[in-house]
Amino acid sequence: MRGIGKRFGSGLAALEAIDLDIRRGEFLSLLGPSGCGKTTLLRIIAGLTEPSAGLRHLSLATSRGGQIPSGRIGFVFQDPTLMPWSTVLDNVLLPFRIAGRVGTAERERATAEIDAVGLAGFEQAYPRQLSGGMRMRVSIARALVTDPDLLLLDEPFAALDEITRMALNDDLLRLWDNHRPTVVFVTHSVFEAVYLSTRIAVLTRRPGHIVADLPVELPQPRERTLRTSPPYAAICTAISEHLAAAMAEEGPR
Amino acid sequence: MSAARLWRITAPLAVGAALLAIWEAVVRIEDIPPYILPGPLLIAETLWTDGPSLLSSLLVTLRITLAALAAAAILGGGIALLFSLSRVLALSLFPYAVILQVTPIVAIAPLIIIWVQEPFLALLVCAWIVAFFPVVANTTVGLNSADRNLLALFRLYGASQAQTLRYLKLPTALPYFLAGVRISGGLALIGAVVAEFVAGTGGAETGLAFRILEAGYRLAIPRLFAALLLLSMTGILIYLVLDTLSRLLLRHWHESAIEEGEE
Repeated sequence: MRGIGKRFGSGLAALEAIDLDIRRGEFLSLLGPSGCGKTTLLRIIAGLTEPSAGLRHLSLATSRGGQIPSGRIGFVFQDPTLMPWSTVLDNVLLPFRIAGRVGTAERERATAEIDAVGLAGFEQAYPRQLSGGMRMRVSIARALVTDPDLLLLDEPFAALDEITRMALNDDLLRLWDNHRPTVVFVTHSVFEAVYLSTRIAVLTRRPGHIVADLPVELPQPRERTLRTSPPYAAICTAISEHLAAAMAEEGPR
Repeated sequence: MSAARLWRITAPLAVGAALLAIWEAVVRIEDIPPYILPGPLLIAETLWTDGPSLLSSLLVTLRITLAALAAAAILGGGIALLFSLSRVLALSLFPYAVILQVTPIVAIAPLIIIWVQEPFLALLVCAWIVAFFPVVANTTVGLNSADRNLLALFRLYGASQAQTLRYLKLPTALPYFLAGVRISGGLALIGAVVAEFVAGTGGAETGLAFRILEAGYRLAIPRLFAALLLLSMTGILIYLVLDTLSRLLLRHWHESAIEEGEE
């Protein structure tokens, strides 16, 4: 697999002149105030929204003729976005079903992924029988079931309580460590971004552009004790200052 | 059975029984003749004695009603599906569906009876015109109500239009479709009765509506009430069957089908 590179120079009101290279295997957080176009940027990366200016270039190992094969990109939305009429297993099987192959191997793969997000035994449950955190786990399992090269997460834990959120942070890191996909994680929480990422890009208010692009040099794998360590606090402080500056800055135009 | 559930059944029954008792008492005390207002006991008696002859008429009406309902569900769902696939088709045809819906069936029924020679078919068309619109309107809304993020996800995984329809839009539309069918069930019965009123044909293939007219002409008011009672009971039965069907199909996931206190 070659590295993944994307370049934007969008004249869209939501985003402006964004240059961003995402390196293979990194965990990049896009951090910024509400409504700064983080979600738009993520959707452009996914190919769900066309940029009005600039170029988006994705190089994935298996890409052929500009068409990205199904399942190379996983997407987790802010809401769990499950199909309420389908069981947990059927929800996780969705990417395979669309690809037109649901056999024993795929069922086993989906079951293993449900197990990996800590929902073993809930395969036949319906979404309404699950808590918010569990639904989000199903959503993550669905995004990971195809072993994507690129995993995009759009404030996935914003609606969850702090305890569930911290548990899911650790699970996400563990899953990332297993598959090592490239992750782009949108959040407005400084602490979450620093805890999870290997790199953080700070965006300004609309029209959003990147004002800071910093590596997070903290030991891997991340442990819970890190949350109270001085280096973690120092990075959080630095990032917070960048964010404060980004908030204060009047967008051009 | 929980206390709340018991109440839900006993309370309306008690009200009904009380009203019937008052009705019977008023008829007896005021000595109202049966050709003006028969008491409930007399109506029950008439239903018992005239039951067999009314029942064959009921079957005729019921056949038209069920055929119209089936046609409304199938064709209505089909039309909604076409509308969702082609915006041009939806924009150009929907107004005519509305026109068909708002035109009183009493006014167009004579035309249909003239144009369609076969009486059963003519009545069926009339009842269908009354019944099909809720299915079309509801299902159209349902097919356009798919979650935007799920739609994006389907696009991300490269789903074809057929797959998006089958795995996302149709399941999303199902509760809407069923709600439409539930409304259409009552309307199909009304449509069938109204069409029979207009058609007014006698003979072996006579529906319940004609029996009501006939009883009215002969001042056989208890018989009229008995026929009316049969019609109401049929309507209730159709509603209950459709409601049960809807609950069965949606029991796993849709809020409307989830029993209170089950959470």
